Amino acid sequence: MGPEAAREFIGMRTLDQTTEEILTLAAQQFKVARATLSPTDDFFKTLQIDSLQALDLLTRLEHHFHVELPDYELQGVTDFQTLARRIQSRL
Amino acid sequence: MIDLRNYNSLGAVLRATAEYWPREVCLIEADRERENTRFTYREFDEVAQPRARALQEKGFGSGSRAAIIMTNQSKWLISAYGIFFRGGVLVPLDYKLSPGEQIQLLRHSKAEILFTEYHIWRAITGADNFDQLALKQVVVTDAPANAELSGAIRWEDFSAEGTTEFVVRERSDAACIVYSSGTGGRPKGCVLTHDNYLEQCAALIALFPFRPGTRYLSILPTNHAIDFMVGFIGPFVCGATVVHLRTLRPEYIREAFVRYHIKYTSLVPLALKNIERGLRQRIADSPVYRRWLARRLMRINRALTKTRPRPRLSRLLLPDIHHAFGGELQAFFVGGAFTEPATLQFFYDLGIPVANGYGCTEAGTAITLNDLRPFRADTVGKPLSGMEVRIVNPNAEGVGEVAARSRSVMSGYLDEPEMTAETIRDGWLYTGDLGRFDPTGHLQLLGRKRNMIVTAEGKNIYPEDIENAFDSLPVKDFCVFAENFLWPRNELAGEKLVLVLHPEPGVQISPSILEAAAARNRALAPYKRVSECLIWNQDFPRTASMKIKREALAEEIRSRLGRESVTAL
Repeated sequence: MGPEAAREFIGMRTLDQTTEEILTLAAQQFKVARATLSPTDDFFKTLQIDSLQALDLLTRLEHHFHVELPDYELQGVTDFQTLARRIQSRL
Repeated sequence: MIDLRNYNSLGAVLRATAEYWPREVCLIEADRERENTRFTYREFDEVAQPRARALQEKGFGSGSRAAIIMTNQSKWLISAYGIFFRGGVLVPLDYKLSPGEQIQLLRHSKAEILFTEYHIWRAITGADNFDQLALKQVVVTDAPANAELSGAIRWEDFSAEGTTEFVVRERSDAACIVYSSGTGGRPKGCVLTHDNYLEQCAALIALFPFRPGTRYLSILPTNHAIDFMVGFIGPFVCGATVVHLRTLRPEYIREAFVRYHIKYTSLVPLALKNIERGLRQRIADSPVYRRWLARRLMRINRALTKTRPRPRLSRLLLPDIHHAFGGELQAFFVGGAFTEPATLQFFYDLGIPVANGYGCTEAGTAITLNDLRPFRADTVGKPLSGMEVRIVNPNAEGVGEVAARSRSVMSGYLDEPEMTAETIRDGWLYTGDLGRFDPTGHLQLLGRKRNMIVTAEGKNIYPEDIENAFDSLPVKDFCVFAENFLWPRNELAGEKLVLVLHPEPGVQISPSILEAAAARNRALAPYKRVSECLIWNQDFPRTASMKIKREALAEEIRSRLGRESVTAL
């Protein structure tokens, strides 16, 4: 697969797939069972994390998806689904 | 530094900075490892003028109000300068409030213009009460190409050519309306005058004079009273440099300290505690001999800096720690909430003094500040120059309510003459905090007179403001108190809220009721949550208009139950 085709393949991730990957990574990072998380959950409340821990999660997601998510763009984002949409728009 | 006695307004003094230090760098905006912008004082003026001119063309002038809701970025300061240049009143709002709360405060302040960021604006336009908003103009930064702006205009397009007329203001005129607490039924908009700010600034820079070349890292949001003064007005008056970061991720903050040779920054106690935890961990993870050495060197540093900080000596003794902060750090400013003495002492022993202060928005930010000569971990310092502080009705130990009088005390709460009259009496600002003076003139804070708490993030929480979260609980009555208001103690660390539940007659408070209360609690923002619950089987005392008599209820509870009666919620 050449570089163009590879990029296209990554770009083909659906929103559902992106959401699923975010939930899995969040579950791993904060050591909770994946089944306890759902896309509409408020991650601050479900994971019981503070804003600094949420920033750590964002850094991990950036590395995973190879995107850069400005802090200001994520202001007010508290649920996995909206987070997934913001990431999806940058893939 | 500029002699502030020669100026009557923030607009006039900011305008003068371009003449004093045209070639000094006043502002750097960085994003991760990139630098977005860097302005000299002259360039800052040049980039602000077209915005001020655009404001003028919108009819914005003497006494007009404009709000800013932005994260930390250069355009915050540029917008503020434009507003002051046109003689306007600035309403700095917290970008962390919910969009509904922001709309409530925009309406309350009667702001005509809003400077904000695209993502914040998008959230505001989606709020339930958006149709109540009446603004003449909204200016947004960071809008993606082709974005739907819902009537707003891009920052880049909010610009006009031609000379801008500078609008003269008097010292007694309002400069800012700053909201000092939550947004319950009655928002508290503190009206601060140009005189308030110029007086406060003069007192602070007398203690901590910045110089051209001194770099201040802005971590607290600029809408925060401390950052507005110490991270904008103060450095500009002294020709120093403010560094803004568009990300607050710890790894980039650490890098910024090193890259920009930061000398000062301001923090809330929670952030200071986080840094402390990281440093303690770093020491604990090091080999035994290094741990031993670090502790030994900290003790030596403490002994050698007993009378005053000696930054060069401390850097020689503890080079690793100081290199991690860029090697030029002089001090942290901390305020907005109570800081534990052990934390302050830890940093001082490392050779990083923390200038611990005490104040409130109503007082024009700071009332007292530790001048570090000598360092004291157990006090909040001495009153600032020009600030009279007294203890009202002191008890046998000298503890009473702290009251302050100064030219920096606000003129009052916006459109709330009664609330103003309760807070400022005969020129004295009654803070609601309990304290005493020690024999050296340092103020010690020991509790609160009012039913409220301040979180480690510096948020003021009034229990009345969060009670509606528990509406429709299947109980006869409920009420929220600050734990220390129910059972006073000489302590300000770890303040908590208690939910008092009064069951329906003949009904026990069941686990399902407690779970319902806990679920409503979880729906609150984390810093607003209640920690404890108390079951109370008597009717609540009420006024003729059926309002709960909170003080009487607290007294009844206090006389029959102790602190140990609460359970975790």
